[in-house]
Amino acid sequence: MRRSNELMIEAYRRMLRIRKFEEEGVRLTISGDVPGMHSSIGQEAAIVGACLALRNDDYITGTHRSHGHPIGKGADLKPLMAELCGKATGICKGRGGSMHLADHRVGIIGESAIVGGGIPLATGAGLSIQVRGTDQVSLSFFGDGAANQGTFAESLNLAAIWKLPVIFFCENNLYAISTSVAKSHGQPDVARRADGYGIQGVIVDGQDVMAVADVTYSAVERARGGHGPTLIEAKTYRFDEHCFGLQVPIPYRSERELTAYQTQRDPLILHRKLMLESGISEANVNSVDLEVADQVAEAVRFAKESPFPDESEVYDYMFSNPINYPPKPLT
Amino acid sequence: MSQTHREMTYLNAIVEAQREEMLRDQRVILIGEDIAVYGSGPLFDTFDERRLRNAPISENSFTGMGVGAALTGLRPIVDLTIASFVYLASDQIINQAAKLRYMTGGQLKVPIVFRICTYYNVSNAAQHADRPYPFFMNVPGLKIVAPATPSDMKGLLKAAIRDDDPVLVFEDINLWSKKELVPVDLDHVIPIGKASVRRLGDDVTLVSVAGCLPKVLAAAESLQEMGISAEVIDLRTLLPLDTETILRSIAKTGRAVIVDNSHRINSVASEVAAVISEEGFHSLRAPVLRVTTPAVHIPFSPVLEKQLYPSRESIVSTVRKLL
Repeated sequence: MRRSNELMIEAYRRMLRIRKFEEEGVRLTISGDVPGMHSSIGQEAAIVGACLALRNDDYITGTHRSHGHPIGKGADLKPLMAELCGKATGICKGRGGSMHLADHRVGIIGESAIVGGGIPLATGAGLSIQVRGTDQVSLSFFGDGAANQGTFAESLNLAAIWKLPVIFFCENNLYAISTSVAKSHGQPDVARRADGYGIQGVIVDGQDVMAVADVTYSAVERARGGHGPTLIEAKTYRFDEHCFGLQVPIPYRSERELTAYQTQRDPLILHRKLMLESGISEANVNSVDLEVADQVAEAVRFAKESPFPDESEVYDYMFSNPINYPPKPLT
Repeated sequence: MSQTHREMTYLNAIVEAQREEMLRDQRVILIGEDIAVYGSGPLFDTFDERRLRNAPISENSFTGMGVGAALTGLRPIVDLTIASFVYLASDQIINQAAKLRYMTGGQLKVPIVFRICTYYNVSNAAQHADRPYPFFMNVPGLKIVAPATPSDMKGLLKAAIRDDDPVLVFEDINLWSKKELVPVDLDHVIPIGKASVRRLGDDVTLVSVAGCLPKVLAAAESLQEMGISAEVIDLRTLLPLDTETILRSIAKTGRAVIVDNSHRINSVASEVAAVISEEGFHSLRAPVLRVTTPAVHIPFSPVLEKQLYPSRESIVSTVRKLL
């Protein structure tokens, strides 16, 4: 992928949107406006790097850590923030919430809170692409925890035998809540499992957005060319707790490890440095900071001013073709 | 034979419904294990492997792939073959197919069919013989049909394929060879959600669930010889239940016996009985009774197995408790 200044600025813009959106989300959770959330802070480069290699009409499935995926793919922040607050104007009309910020307008076909649940969906989208004969691709975001689900093994095999245009993208943040990769994986590299299915596996520094974009772009090219799936493992790190307010009563990761990532491996700090070294002016970067701050503030305003859904609408969106639905209330 | 109908078996009706819909709509594909072996072999004469996907033994993922394909412009039929295997796929059916439209506030639609064959009464023991309709009736967002005749199978399978929501189509191996004249009309589509009154009667309503229909009709004949006039309702669709047709019949007969081959506790029959007692209580002249399969696993030995399912005799003797 060509590393133009424009692309680097776009990578920064999208990562910053995720970071600022999440920081606002935490504030709104503390104030009681958001009933709970899972933050992607620390994982922005992995998400945005992958999305930069995709077109708008390419499909994505995501996870319970769902905010970054639509923002990375270019979604409008307002309906996402409104969804976090459970509002009628939310992207999912208040039916999904923090774990399910799926915006279909940017190609998302599900953010699954069943770990590993989205992998078959993305593989099926790959099948659909192949049957319909388009040149789209499908990318499944999942975590290190999902790599231990049966769907991971089954779907990689299915995509391999049918040479489907799918990118399996593991955001390996080292911990499934409190269970470390060291204690739950037979060997530490998810990508090495690709060999078991006869497909290519790639490990990339998930804190380096341009490196992630490069390897994803290569996988996308292979998929569009009919050469089948790729497994990418981005080594990344979750800066916040699994979800807001969760008290983990065991010391599953050390303060030292966390601080080291936050101070030395923050993807935004690393990328900002790279941009300045590449000759992008500080003023240019600062203008992105202001632009994103405005967008996030506007999203918060929109969410706060939006109405809650009416209680009577609870049955809406159950069916495309309702038959004897909703059920009549019992007398 | 008239030109408007053609004689075919229940199994042929399944094949022909799929063939006609695959010819009509390029978006329809079939995914499953050994699909050529379990009834869909003749489709390989018409279609190639692009649309007939013989999958490895990965029920949860090939079912989820069907869902993913449905979300992105196809109308897949996922053939889960034997009903006891559906549990392996149930996460994708329940947590994804049934919920995705609602959870995305209507952004997505999930036009998918899950074909599930109840493979009981053929000495395959407990891990092949389940009739698990009640599990899925407890899941909002699904539609469930269980046709009992070749015409209904063809018409309801076509309706399921044309529907924009996830539909489970239960078939019954004991009916595979049953023949009748089936409409040849390419648009022979039976609406989901409508029961069929198979026989008119005045004294008792027999509600037949899924493949119980031949036994229920035989029991109604025997009852007629005893001077008892039984009305037979074939539910055809289990979700949503056609409560209107059931209640209209109860209003006339005042008595109900529900015949269901699923296990007794929380069976389809339990739900129908609850609906009748909540909404038809004032019409009732006797308690609502259920003829079901008892809460025991299905054994291998034919001698042990055969006695467990509803039979003409058990239906007749249950009705005789009321009349």
